[in-house]
Amino acid sequence: MGFQPVKFYQTGTYTVGNRLLAADERSVQSSEQRSNAINSGHRACQGCGEALGARYAIDAAMAASNGQLIAANATGCLEVFSTPYPESSWQVPWIHSVFGNAPAVATGIAAALKAKGKTEVRVVAQGGDGGTTDIGFGCLSGMFERNDDVLYICYDNQAYMNTGVQRSSATPPAARTATTMPVGPQPGNPFGQGKNLPEIAMAHGIPYVATATVADLRDIEYKVKRAMQMHGARYLHLFVPCPLGWGTASHDTIRIARLAKESGLFPVFEAEHGEVTGVLKIRHPVPVEDYLKPQKRFAHLFGKHAHPDMVAHIQALADRNIRKYKLLDEEVH
Amino acid sequence: MAKPFAITLKPGSSLTNLTGTWRTERPVYVDRLPPCNHACPAGENIQGWLFHAESGDYEQAWRVLVQDNPLPAVMGRVCYHPCENSCNRGQLDAPVGINSVERFLGDEAIRCGWKFDAPATSSGKKVLIVGAGPSGLSAAYHLARMGHAVEIHEAGPLAGGMMRFGIPKYRLPRDVLDAEVQRILDLGVTLKLNTRVEHIEQTMKQGGFDAAFLAVGAHIARRTTIPAGDAAHIVDAVSVLRSMEGEDKPMLGRRVVVYGGGNTAIDVARTVKRMGAEPVIVYRRTRDKAPAHDFEIEEALQEGVMIKWLSTIKQAIDGEITVERMQLDDKGFPQPTGEYEKLEADSVVLALGQDVDLSLLEGVPGLEIKDGVVQVAPNMMTGRTGIFAGGDMVPSERTVTVGVGHGKKAARNIDAWLRGTEYTPAPRHEPASFDMLNPWYYTDAPKTVRPMLDLIRRQTTFEEVQGGLDETNALFEARRCLSCGNCFECDNCYGVCPDNAVIKLGSGKRFKFNYDYCKGCGICVSECPCGAIKMVPEET
Repeated sequence: MGFQPVKFYQTGTYTVGNRLLAADERSVQSSEQRSNAINSGHRACQGCGEALGARYAIDAAMAASNGQLIAANATGCLEVFSTPYPESSWQVPWIHSVFGNAPAVATGIAAALKAKGKTEVRVVAQGGDGGTTDIGFGCLSGMFERNDDVLYICYDNQAYMNTGVQRSSATPPAARTATTMPVGPQPGNPFGQGKNLPEIAMAHGIPYVATATVADLRDIEYKVKRAMQMHGARYLHLFVPCPLGWGTASHDTIRIARLAKESGLFPVFEAEHGEVTGVLKIRHPVPVEDYLKPQKRFAHLFGKHAHPDMVAHIQALADRNIRKYKLLDEEVH
Repeated sequence: MAKPFAITLKPGSSLTNLTGTWRTERPVYVDRLPPCNHACPAGENIQGWLFHAESGDYEQAWRVLVQDNPLPAVMGRVCYHPCENSCNRGQLDAPVGINSVERFLGDEAIRCGWKFDAPATSSGKKVLIVGAGPSGLSAAYHLARMGHAVEIHEAGPLAGGMMRFGIPKYRLPRDVLDAEVQRILDLGVTLKLNTRVEHIEQTMKQGGFDAAFLAVGAHIARRTTIPAGDAAHIVDAVSVLRSMEGEDKPMLGRRVVVYGGGNTAIDVARTVKRMGAEPVIVYRRTRDKAPAHDFEIEEALQEGVMIKWLSTIKQAIDGEITVERMQLDDKGFPQPTGEYEKLEADSVVLALGQDVDLSLLEGVPGLEIKDGVVQVAPNMMTGRTGIFAGGDMVPSERTVTVGVGHGKKAARNIDAWLRGTEYTPAPRHEPASFDMLNPWYYTDAPKTVRPMLDLIRRQTTFEEVQGGLDETNALFEARRCLSCGNCFECDNCYGVCPDNAVIKLGSGKRFKFNYDYCKGCGICVSECPCGAIKMVPEET
């Protein structure tokens, strides 16, 4: 069924906490006892979606595993801003792998725990979209194929942000990056390229695949908990806006993630053994312009030399997602 | 410490890295003024009492409510709720039914027998209050809670003023009024009925009063000259409504013409309808220009009251009146057309407004009277030191709620004056407008509609027209509040900070920022549902 928001007045489960909910209905993040897996003092930019998403996800995994958790971390922003030698923000056992092999390192940890009989200790691996969809893809596909007992979390900010905003295979069409400049008749990243990793993961037939955005905390916590209740290879694809790389205001991080979901450009769903089992419905539908316009990486689509055809193309992609995943309730028009 | 191979530095926590130094702007928690509180003539902290009602703590909600208004069950029936007209939720779906929740709390207090806290200390000062209407009762309540000895002198046979002798029973059942008046008297307030104050300074001197608050209301009906035959039966609305409270109900006949377009005209028409008559309201302007509230006009029309708009009465002779049709000119004023019409009328009730009986003030030096009402300073003091006034006898919009507000304001100023100081109201917070909210976070919830009495019973009985909410739907309605501008502890700031720079202080204690690590991104401000955080520039 997927995550169903509680329509409990006055804010239900839309806010992080709600004093009107029973204690067992409250979120991990609303608790003063949350593990704060990634602590203050990290060097992420102001308004970093990835730092926030990582705390949401790992705190939820810590809560679901009673604090018995080991995290492997691919190279990337998350690793660099959290752990400049000799300091670390991590308050969980944490290991830094190289850029491409976090899934393999996690597999090894899981195998060692199995050999030692420490079945209560759980393993997560995490990386950015570059480390996941490009560089670590071979290791990840192998981890899926072997159904190793690891939850892999990809924090998708749609480019190589740490090294200066270069294109990855998760960069959306038309986006400006350092390597896809807004020049020529089809400015920005070309249409028709890139990978849809959640669908590729589903094609492996692994027990659990889910997508989420940093705008829906309760949905993330539900999905991490669900994933931690299972064994085998699991994949969570978390959409995390990057104010620096996308050219958005630092205070808009959550709003942008919300607009990505509400426009249909980023479908939020979950799948078990390759089959979609639940979607988070669009609540207030918006055109893709609402999502694109606040981002400088799409600025060349608007203004003096606008490209309405490309915007229409992006809208068509959103509409296809809405159809494919049935993101709109029937009664919503 | 022996370090492993190739390790030269001690491992440490990122907490040594104070990222707060990056900041150019800092978030700060604020309390903004919700539009409901801003609009309330009685100065209620509506958002504040709804907060407690939301969690089902109705007694605490009631206690916060009565800090400003001792008559919630009355108010929940007769107030024209300007709070709801200004409610930010109106821009989402429909305003919060504040008035209906207030009534629920008031009724709940009567049902459960909740009492006011007795004053902690006694000031030794004595205050005279003239008139036991909404303004006088409100002032008495506040002064008593501040520790002053209060004596009310009421000319009428019962307390309540216009709440009893002006507002019909079908809008305000008398047992509700009695219960709320009694609770004020239980504070130790002395009420002297049938005691007309003939001369204010004399009464003060005789009784040894240190200050006085005048709230005699406006009970003298305004008249107009209508050429009338000897047998024509012309009465005024105030006396009709007043006599409804006594044994001798007014004899008006079957065809009753009510002249006027205010709430009193509607009240009289609906009252005589219930007595089996056929009322016709005659008003010189149009419906949208009538001073009566539109919902009252609507309810009157539903009950079968006839209204002749754009008409004036030219003549009243035996059993018949002549009305002239009017026409609005460019400026919206009615002008005669010369077209006449005759209507059957056993009696004519004039509802043309009321004047104040100022006889008790005769010979008092320093008073300023303008347009028939007493002028008061911003602290509600008249031109005579120590004599304050409020309610319908001072320039105001004449409603129960305004009267209650005057009583509170006067009480605070009288208290300060008795202590030899000056009352300075707390500075107003900046308004919490709709654009400061993040409405995404509120669940969709349409307004709960209060039940209305069957039409046939509305036409024939004096039962209360509008029903109340029960516990479940009152709770639902309270939870529709957006808590504009005031933290309701939703934990959003605590959750959405990428830097763990918000400290949760525990239930009821809200939050604080850890400026050592806050980078000033502003996500907490954007994602605060109710606009209770703002960014301010760092000092350079």
